[in-house]
Amino acid sequence: MGKLSVNLCGIELDNPIIPASGVFGYGREFAALYDLDILGSFSFKGTTLHPREGNPTPRIAECPAGMLNAVGLQNPGVAAVIARELPEIAKIFHKPVMANVSGFSLEEYAETCAALDAQDQVGWLEVNISCPNVHQGGMSFGTEPESAAAVVKAVKAVAKKPVLVKLTPNVTDIAAVAKAAEDAGADGLSLINTVLAMRIDPRTRRPVLANGTGGLSGPAVLPIAVRMVYQVYEAVSIPIVGMGGVSCARDVIELMLAGATAVEVGAANLTDPFVCPKIIKELPKIMEEYRIESLAEIIGGAH
Amino acid sequence: MEQLRLVIAENSALTPWVYRLVLEGERKETLRPGQFVELALPGRFLRRPISLCDWDANHLTLIYKVVGQGTDQLSRMRPGHSLDVLAGLGNGYDTACTGAHPLLVGGGVGIPPLYGLCKQLISENKEVTVILGFNTKDEIFYVNEFEALGARLRLTTADGSAGQKGFVTDALAGIEASHLCACGPMPMLRALNRATDLPGQFSLEERMGCGFGACMGCSIPTREGQKRVCKDGPVFRREVLLWEN
Ligand SMILES: Cc1cc2nc3c(=O)[nH]c(=O)nc-3n(C[C@H](O)[C@H](O)[C@H](O)COP(=O)(O)OP(=O)(O)OC[C@H]3O[C@@H](n4cnc5c(N)ncnc54)[C@H](O)[C@@H]3O)c2cc1C
Ligand SMILES: Cc1cc2nc3c(=O)[nH]c(=O)nc-3n(C[C@H](O)[C@H](O)[C@H](O)COP(=O)(O)O)c2cc1C
Ligand code: FES
Repeated sequence: MGKLSVNLCGIELDNPIIPASGVFGYGREFAALYDLDILGSFSFKGTTLHPREGNPTPRIAECPAGMLNAVGLQNPGVAAVIARELPEIAKIFHKPVMANVSGFSLEEYAETCAALDAQDQVGWLEVNISCPNVHQGGMSFGTEPESAAAVVKAVKAVAKKPVLVKLTPNVTDIAAVAKAAEDAGADGLSLINTVLAMRIDPRTRRPVLANGTGGLSGPAVLPIAVRMVYQVYEAVSIPIVGMGGVSCARDVIELMLAGATAVEVGAANLTDPFVCPKIIKELPKIMEEYRIESLAEIIGGAH
Repeated sequence: MEQLRLVIAENSALTPWVYRLVLEGERKETLRPGQFVELALPGRFLRRPISLCDWDANHLTLIYKVVGQGTDQLSRMRPGHSLDVLAGLGNGYDTACTGAHPLLVGGGVGIPPLYGLCKQLISENKEVTVILGFNTKDEIFYVNEFEALGARLRLTTADGSAGQKGFVTDALAGIEASHLCACGPMPMLRALNRATDLPGQFSLEERMGCGFGACMGCSIPTREGQKRVCKDGPVFRREVLLWEN
């Protein structure tokens, strides 16, 4: 085992760095820039049962130290992802990939997860429970422990691969949702998704985003992510994939000390396409600085 | 696409709000007219997309208008400063399909990319006609530069303070062209689409997350499904666009 390696739900990662879902597409744009095999893994764009065109534009807004997005889960649907995207990923990435799944009903989650679970390339299912439940007035599955647990049960009933449940930060008590997911059988948790936000253009006196609200990410949310990973680590015993605002190796160490086993990097990839290779290169140096022998030993070290 | 660190060689006002930025430094990849770059500005999270106006072996020329905080910050940066630049973004104009008499139509800060395009078309021995539209005479830039390239030029201003009074569409009369290349505000592009039947290419703008195709932040519906303005565009063939939107 290398000093950067960690074990995520039984799968060894060469290092804990994983580009987050939605900022990395299916890897193609980044494979033109660097060898993706240096990554721990990557999480591909959120996949739904049916194709989705996403929201009208503008989908992007800026803020100090971050950005808002309201892409609206644009993706070609699970059948096309399996037929077209996974074979392309196989050419540029030779490790287990993380399949990010979204749904608008329990049946959709189960069907999409079952299809992706059957693919050899897929190492983990990362189930995004921030989506609205169309059968319950559009409330997000991830905001109540009960509805979160229901998604986990539906997915675990069909999946053989490890299931990571991706939690939304837009809740009062994230530890309660995390515990409910663990009790329902989740193999791991990943957090945080984006923070619900809005910007208004003083010139037009209207929200900047066509969707009105969007999800905040980038350096602005790092302290929220650190706090939530810390709280969830106290509440559960399954591994946590931490993310939110990571842009350098120091941020990775911080999230791991809070309790993360691996770390996803989101919005930073959009502004610096080389951020992940940079972080991986920086890690040994910063470990020396903080006298860290191996990354695995610092997981939850702040508790 | 490549990431470059380029030094500001010139950053000067062409009009009270429009600046020319010349960036100097080495690069490897070849560029095409209609492509754009993304500038990282200190303290701003997202990069700013700006079209390529002109370039040579180790210079890029960009023309930008101060419209908000980022472009205002940029306008205050002095020569000698260096900038982190992603270059070679987007598809650019296809010059192979323009025929012998291309017509270029630009409005406001849609004009800069047409300069590089005009230069390329003239180097391909094509007879280029250019219509440039401004609001008023004080906002005019680059008219002489287009003429110096050898393009036939028509100028319009909305208030009639220079050139023909009216919009670019008012200057179409009598032009025999084989193809249209346009860049400018969406209302201008729509008006052009209504005013002529020429086959053509239109350059669009959209707010961007990455600028290189990864985030779907700039994705718009077209006749061929969702397309990313940053990667599949910014230049789209006329028949691909959904004009009713
Ligand atoms: C492909 C492309 C080419 C462009 N070429 C040119 C050019 O050659 N010259 C020029 O003057 N302008 C050009 N623009 C527009 C230019 O990107 C914006 O004017 C600029 O980003 C405004 O930044 P700001 O910080 O001053 O404005 P703010 O309103 O403070 O910016 C806030 C955010 O919105 C984004 N934004 C604001 N307006 C636009 C816009 N019109 N298009 C895209 N993003 C926007 C900014 O990038 C930033 O992320 C181009 C845009 C695109 C998409
Ligand atoms: C443009 C964009 C698209 C995203 N799409 C998804 C998605 O499809 N599924 C998902 O689970 N998370 C998605 N996210 C959330 C990120 O994966 C991540 O949880 C969040 O952005 C926080 O990390 P960051 O601050 O490093 O960006 C998206 C984020 C961005 C910026
Ligand atoms: S801006 Fe990210 S895909 Fe176009």
